[in-house]
Amino acid sequence: MERRTVLEGIRLTTGYGKGRRAAEVHTSLNFSLRSGELTCLLGCNGAGKSTLLRTLAGMQPPLSGRLNVMGRASDCYSGHERSKTIGVVLTDRMQAGGLTVYELVALGRQPYTGFFGRLSRSDKGLITRALHDVGMEHKSRCYVAELSDGERQKAMIAKVLVQECPLILLDEPTAFLDVESRIEVMKLLRRLATKENKAVLLSTHDTDQALAMADRLWLMTQEREMVCGVTEELVLSGWMDKLFGGDSIRFDRMRGVYAPDNDGRQAVSLTATDETLRYWVQNLLVRKGFRVVLSNEGIVSAISLTVNSGQNMSLRQGGETEIVRSFDELSEMLDVMV
Amino acid sequence: MITGDRKGRICVGVLVVVMLCLAAANLLLGSVDVPAEAVWRALAGRGVENEVWTFIVWESRLPLCVTAWCCGAALAVCGLMLQTAFNNPLADPSILGISSGASVGVALVILTGGGTLAAGAFTLSGFLAVVAGAFAGAVLVMGVILFLSTLIRSSVMLLIAGIMMGYVASSAISLLNFFSTAEGVHSYVVWGMGNFGGVSLDQLPWFAALVCVGLLLSVLLIKPLNALLLGERYAENLGVNVRLTRGLLLLVAGLLTAVVTAFCGPVSFIGLAVPHVARLMLGTSNHNSLLPVTMLCGGTVALFCNLVCILPGEEGLLPLNAVTPVLGAPVIIYVIVNQRRIQYFN
Repeated sequence: MERRTVLEGIRLTTGYGKGRRAAEVHTSLNFSLRSGELTCLLGCNGAGKSTLLRTLAGMQPPLSGRLNVMGRASDCYSGHERSKTIGVVLTDRMQAGGLTVYELVALGRQPYTGFFGRLSRSDKGLITRALHDVGMEHKSRCYVAELSDGERQKAMIAKVLVQECPLILLDEPTAFLDVESRIEVMKLLRRLATKENKAVLLSTHDTDQALAMADRLWLMTQEREMVCGVTEELVLSGWMDKLFGGDSIRFDRMRGVYAPDNDGRQAVSLTATDETLRYWVQNLLVRKGFRVVLSNEGIVSAISLTVNSGQNMSLRQGGETEIVRSFDELSEMLDVMV
Repeated sequence: MITGDRKGRICVGVLVVVMLCLAAANLLLGSVDVPAEAVWRALAGRGVENEVWTFIVWESRLPLCVTAWCCGAALAVCGLMLQTAFNNPLADPSILGISSGASVGVALVILTGGGTLAAGAFTLSGFLAVVAGAFAGAVLVMGVILFLSTLIRSSVMLLIAGIMMGYVASSAISLLNFFSTAEGVHSYVVWGMGNFGGVSLDQLPWFAALVCVGLLLSVLLIKPLNALLLGERYAENLGVNVRLTRGLLLLVAGLLTAVVTAFCGPVSFIGLAVPHVARLMLGTSNHNSLLPVTMLCGGTVALFCNLVCILPGEEGLLPLNAVTPVLGAPVIIYVIVNQRRIQYFN
């Protein structure tokens, strides 16, 4: 499928207010979004993710710079044209509990329906297909109030689908969802991007899912700049480490997760029979405040731990070797040593 | 399982039957005993043995009946539009101070105009003056509330601001009363109790026409009202011009409240309770069916209230505002107590 640039920002400054009272949130942002790709916008709380999304959706004007949607300046769009180009899923509170899921999704056809909003046969077909695509056709007659958070999010995605926009913006669509629904929603969005050739941009705090599913990342780092690029490239070039400014957390490039930065002073040399076992024993050691060195690094450490299985471990300290029979026992011994 | 459409049709059918029965009862009952047959003959324009009966039916009962229906429908639709626009199930013309605003306008016209509110004393220009005064007052208050709604995000706080507006309006009315003549104050107090009998047969076409214009305009707003259920930003994303829609809502609700308030006094609770009754009956907040049913339901409830008002017979009419809260307050309390079970709250 042909990939084309759907959205493009050139030296775009976002913020609020006008003239002398203007408060800039981001200055001179450069970015582009392509169809067929899922892009995740990451950043800490207050980094300006929602402000950027609102600016892209045309809900607030940029302070300066150019914003092109489908190759045309964003401010040339009328509200009606924009409604057929950019679909949004927000975190706003709704009053729609008394609508059925079908009626909610049907609202997405408003840009296309006539004065009284009557649905044509093709409108109805689209709605049914969208409900099927998000896996909600069995709930179409249920009230929105009866849905779980995940189902409600899927219904809103179906609403965006029937809006038939080439660009879809979502503000934290996976917040408040359990892990299962989070993954389902992300898979759904990914399928939308690849199968329907849409450009999908979502903001999220869920770095695990973003790293697993996003084609590209937009990182709002602490230095108030935004870095865009292919997910893996950004990870390997160390940009993920700069996402959060504090010293208290650290990005584990190997596993792609953030962890509390509590490198202990006491080094333990760790040998294990398999990777999984090694990983979880290390997890325990780090939590208890030890620094783990690989046995083949040649660093001499006072303590060394050999793990054959969860029931068979040997801890050597100061020339004495003790056999440890369970994690419970190991945990207690480590507590004494710190 | 009854589908939404069928439920709507059943509701409309039942409401129309009840409404017609109540309308008939309103025409047949009153302070003077008129035989049922004579009422029909008078309405059909055929000769009736007693001229007074014809007069009573045409000059009193028929206007009363039509006025009641129009007022009920207008206030209920106003309440529904305000509840959706303000994203608040407790919004209505009287709570938000709009009726009070209209009252100030009416008070200005009545009290400075020498204190004549006898229905027959109205000329057409007087009629228009009262409506214009009420409309100006209502739109002024709605404009302030609308402006405040951009500053105040919390809907409860906004309601409190509306109640404050109502207090300011009543203090203005007290001031006007203080400087007015005794007759002026008396007619104003009587007007304030609410009464569907304030529209004479001559004024009825004008009154009904204005209400119908308002109701028609409200029907034209059904599509944006549905979009507003998702909140303003979603509505905007669906291509709704939110600013224009709000302005139109202000205009229509202001017009309907003003016309009703000018003639029938500040009628409470119909605008607040009827949309809830309609939602509970229909089980939907989709305005496609909710708005027409709210209209019918409002008319029906108003006819019922009027029937209660004329029950004392020869003793005279009960004040309308003594009846509506008794019917409306329990509905609101029921809705609040059951809000976890009622789907449109979630």
